[in-house]
Amino acid sequence: MSDVIEIRGLWKQYEVGFWKKRKITALQPLELTVREGEIFGYLGPNGAGKTTTLKLLMGLAFPSGGGARILGLDHQDPAVKAQIGFLPEQPYFYDHLSATELLEYFAQLSGVPAGERKRRVERMLARVGLGDAGGLQLRRFSKGMLQRVGLAQAILHDPKVVFLDEPMSGLDPIGRREVRDLVQQLKEEGRTVFFSTHILSDAEALCDRVAILNRGRVVTVGEVADMLAKVSESVEVLWEGAAAVAGIEALGAAVHVSGELARASVPRVKLDAAIDALRGAGARLISVTPVQATLEDYFMQQVGASEAAAAEARA
Amino acid sequence: MTPLPFIAYNTYREAVRDRVLYNLIVFALLMVGSAVLFGQISIGIERQVVINLGLAAITLFGVAIAIFIGIGLVSKEIDRRTLYTVLSRPVRRWEFVLGKFLGLSFTLVVNTFFMGLGFFAAVFYVCGGVHRGDARLLAAIYFIVLELLIVTALAMLFSTFSSTLLSAVLALAFFIVGTFAEDLRGFAQMVTGPAHWVALGVAYLVPNFASLNVASSVAHDQPVAAHLVLANTGYVLCYSAVALAVAVLVFEYRNLK
Repeated sequence: MSDVIEIRGLWKQYEVGFWKKRKITALQPLELTVREGEIFGYLGPNGAGKTTTLKLLMGLAFPSGGGARILGLDHQDPAVKAQIGFLPEQPYFYDHLSATELLEYFAQLSGVPAGERKRRVERMLARVGLGDAGGLQLRRFSKGMLQRVGLAQAILHDPKVVFLDEPMSGLDPIGRREVRDLVQQLKEEGRTVFFSTHILSDAEALCDRVAILNRGRVVTVGEVADMLAKVSESVEVLWEGAAAVAGIEALGAAVHVSGELARASVPRVKLDAAIDALRGAGARLISVTPVQATLEDYFMQQVGASEAAAAEARA
Repeated sequence: MTPLPFIAYNTYREAVRDRVLYNLIVFALLMVGSAVLFGQISIGIERQVVINLGLAAITLFGVAIAIFIGIGLVSKEIDRRTLYTVLSRPVRRWEFVLGKFLGLSFTLVVNTFFMGLGFFAAVFYVCGGVHRGDARLLAAIYFIVLELLIVTALAMLFSTFSSTLLSAVLALAFFIVGTFAEDLRGFAQMVTGPAHWVALGVAYLVPNFASLNVASSVAHDQPVAAHLVLANTGYVLCYSAVALAVAVLVFEYRNLK
């Protein structure tokens, strides 16, 4: 598989304040490649630099250094823009237009042939579940409906690479599931999807690979399966008897007590020690349940480590 | 194919669906209508009053539309982030700026046409008909359109680097000072030292709207010279082109928030 997105040393610093003397680095030099046909998740907490990266790639802001190539061409090249689709975060569209008019306008701008526009627009509206709302002005649309219009405009011109910035934002659970299905369909159609999110369950369900970003710096990049394998496995222990709480806490686990019952999540390697502690305190063991490792666990580990390193550097 | 006509058409469509536009046009037509009233109580100079007031109404409301819509053409798109989905397509920034300018200019031409119809109706009513000599009123209306093109270009220029409010203030200031550009040039000749250079600099920086205002002369049935039409057209095209070029240059390097 070839790389369709190659980011080489891309970074961005903003000058802020009245005299523009204060400098804020929104994105540290970024090295990243995205392979053809994969769904690539770009994860990070709010303010990590996800949207900045997308703005730089889309040519909405200019990098302070470095560059990027998309489909082998410079990312600023208009020829590239005809082959990519973009959904901004919390999209806002011309509210004087109906959904059909908006998509026709975008089809014109994207160079979709005149004879094909109407059919393409109708098909896209149906695909995102807005087949009956095409004639309605966008000012009457709910946030979820606008997000669907946003998705429709991003794939309207049959792009090879689709960039989605927080595509699930503002959607109810049904809407989120539909967007997930749509993203999956895009992959099945052979498109490459680069999407940023802070909803980790979506990334875990969809992505082939992810990059985790914190404070403008990529902390780690890799396949989701590899990341899950790296998360230290743990088990949840449930018992009866408050006397054992101190023994379990001594193992470094947080204990939650509810009446006579107590539970704690302990690393699998410390399970034997935990059981010994319970027996020693005369507690009654009720259950031991393996805890499924999630991308969120890995994310928290990585971001936590990154924060600790940043704090150490500041000290 | 260039996306320019699509951007221009969308701008026009946005403007004609804006209620503010219709409010301003209704006000302008009311002003033209009130000119009829003033004309009737101005014994002997009805025609001059109707023409002067009518052309002033078309100018003022045209300028109001050009400023109010012009300042939002770029800045509103940035604030609302509607620009993101446009510029992420094969659309160059200069095409966006120029398309917006053309769209609003077309809107203003259409508005002026309808206000001009109202104006001619008022002249017809007061003077009991329209004569061949009244064709020179068309030249006055054409000059108003030229004036509006400059105001639009300036409003767009200011909106590429300043807030909506500041853009409005600057555009209005340029319009007012430009209206007195000839007086400012005269003043520059009367003073010496730094004041001379400052006055001269400002007089040439702002557009010279004085030469575009022929309302008084056409009201007194004086002809509009062909060379003035040509000179004004050339001047407005050059001034607008420079203003738009600066707007493009500023916008070309602007980071969108």
